[in-house]
Amino acid sequence: MTISETTRLSRFSKFIIVTVLTLFAVYFLVPFYVMLVNSVKPLSEIQGGNMLALPREFSFDYWVKAWKTAQVGVNATGLRPYFFNSVKIVIPAVLLSTLFGSFSGFVLSKWRFKGDNLLFGLILFGCFIPFQIVLIPMARVLGILGIAGTTSGLVLVHLAYGVGFTTLFFRNTYANLPDELVQSAQVDGAQFMKIFTSIILPTSAPVIAVTIIWQTTNIWNDFLFGVSFGDSRSQPMTVALNNLVQSSTGVKEYNVHFAGAIMAALPTLFIYIVSGRYFVRGLMSGSVKG
Amino acid sequence: MIIKNKWHLSKDDVVARVVLFPTVLLSAVCVYGFIIYTIYISFTGSTIMPIYEWVGFENYEKLWQLRHWHIAIKNMAIFGVLYIGISTVVGLVLAILIDMNRMGEIIFRPVFLYPMAISFIVTGTAWKWFLDPGIGLEHIMHLWGFASFKFAWIKNSDFAIYTVVIAAIWQVTGFVMVIFLAGLRGINHTTIESGVVDGATNFQLYTRVIIPQLGASFLSAFVILGHMAIKSYDLVIALTNGGPGQATALPSTFMYSYTFTRSRMGIGASAAVMMLIAIMLIIVPYIKKQVEED
Repeated sequence: MTISETTRLSRFSKFIIVTVLTLFAVYFLVPFYVMLVNSVKPLSEIQGGNMLALPREFSFDYWVKAWKTAQVGVNATGLRPYFFNSVKIVIPAVLLSTLFGSFSGFVLSKWRFKGDNLLFGLILFGCFIPFQIVLIPMARVLGILGIAGTTSGLVLVHLAYGVGFTTLFFRNTYANLPDELVQSAQVDGAQFMKIFTSIILPTSAPVIAVTIIWQTTNIWNDFLFGVSFGDSRSQPMTVALNNLVQSSTGVKEYNVHFAGAIMAALPTLFIYIVSGRYFVRGLMSGSVKG
Repeated sequence: MIIKNKWHLSKDDVVARVVLFPTVLLSAVCVYGFIIYTIYISFTGSTIMPIYEWVGFENYEKLWQLRHWHIAIKNMAIFGVLYIGISTVVGLVLAILIDMNRMGEIIFRPVFLYPMAISFIVTGTAWKWFLDPGIGLEHIMHLWGFASFKFAWIKNSDFAIYTVVIAAIWQVTGFVMVIFLAGLRGINHTTIESGVVDGATNFQLYTRVIIPQLGASFLSAFVILGHMAIKSYDLVIALTNGGPGQATALPSTFMYSYTFTRSRMGIGASAAVMMLIAIMLIIVPYIKKQVEED
C-alpha cells in the first residue's frame, strides 16, 4: 500500500506533482539525448549548431568510426577489440564469483559454525574498501603470477573483489529459507552437495539473476582496475573510451566520442531495461537488509 | 546445523569448509593481506618499486605538508558534503512525489534510476561535453538569445569541483530515491491514518509523521553515499582528469598519481591508508549492525 492511498490530494497538487516529476525526467534524460543526437551529426553541426537540435544531416559514419577505426591510445583500432576484452573479462568473472558466492552464502546461512557471523562480516568488508589500498600489492601479485596486463589477470581481480557481494546476496536470501528444509533432508540422509543441488538451487533463480546482473554491471563499468592492470591488448571498454575522449591529437571528434560512449553504456543499459526489477533488488540488498 | 562435536567433523562439514574456502582465501589474501602490505609500504621509502626499508611516519608527515593533498582533502570535503546533502534531499523529494503519483513507479522510477546502470566514464564524457562552454550549455544559451549567459565552471579552477558534483548527483540521485521509496513502503500506516483523523495537512503528515520514521533509510543513504564519495575516481578522471591543474584532485586521484606516475609509492600508500581509515569510520559500525541483527 502506498501512502497516497491513505492521504488525499487535490487535483491541483496532482498536476504539480506530475509537472515536477516530468521536469526531473527531462533532467535525467538530457545527457543521454545529447549523446544520442550528437553521435549521428557531422562535426560542423555540433560546433556551429545547437547540441540539443536534431541532426539535419543524419549519418551513422561516426558509429562505424568509433567501432572500427578511431584512434584509441596509440592504435587506430576503434573500440571493437576493447569491447570484446570487456566481454572476456565479464563472463568468467561473473560466473565464478556467482558460483563461489552461492556456496559461501549457503554455508554461512545454513551450515552454521562458531564465528560464522564474524567471518561473514570480514568477507563483507571487502565490498567497501577503497580499492586504492590494494592496487600496489595486486600489481606485484599479478606480475609474480605472470598475468599482469592480461584479461585473465583482470578476471582474477574482479573475482577477488566480487565474492563479497555475491556472498552477501546468497547468504541473505538463504537466511530466509526455513532451517527445517536442510535439517529434514539431513535426517533423510541427504549429503551436503545433494541438499545444495536438489533443495537449495531450485529456489535460487531470482537471487542468481540479481547476482549476475549486479556483477555484470559492476565489472563492465569498472575503470580503476582496468586502467591499473590492463595494457593496450587487455584494457576494457571504459578505459578505451576514456583514452578515445582524452586523446589530445588532432580535432576533437565529439560525434565519435558520443557514439563510443553509447557503445560503452549499451550492454548494461540493455540489462537494466529488460530486468530493472532485479537490478533494483541488487542495489537494495547492497544497501538495506533484504 | 550447529556442529555438535568440535573434535569430530562429519564428511559434510568438511565439504562445507572446502566450498567456503575459495571465498575465504580470496578475502584473506586480496583484502586483508593486501591491506597489511600497503600499510607496510606506507612506512617505507618506496619510490617506483616497493622497498622494505622502514622510515617510520615520514610519508605521513610529508603527505600532510603537500599542497596537492590539501587541495584533494578540501575538494573531498566540498564534494562529500554537497554530494551527500543534495542527493539525499532530492532523492527524498523524488521518492515522496513518486509515491504520491499512481504512474510514478512505472514511468518515472526507471527514468530516474537508469544513470546508475551506466559507467562513470560514460557519465563523465556526456557531462564533459555538455558543460563545455564552446559547444555545450553556454553555447546553447547564446544561440537561444541569452548572449551574456556564462557557464564555464569546468574550465575554472575555483568552480570545476562543482561540475563534478553536478554530474555525480545526476548519476546517484535515482539510487537514493529507491532507498527512500523502500522506506516509505515500510511505514506504519496507523500513524498516518491517525494523523489524517487529527486533521493534519499533507505537508504536516510528511514533516511530522512520515519523514521522522525514515531514520533507517537516512542512515543507509548516508553510509552508501559516504563511502561512494570517498571512492570517487572514474568520474573525475573522465570529466576533468583532475584539472584544470590540480583543481579537482581527490584523495583517489592523488593516490594514483603519486603511486604510478610520480613514483612516490610510499606517499601514495599513505594516502590510500588515509582513505581506508575514512571508509572504516563509516562502514565498520554499519557492517557490525548488519551482522549482529541476525
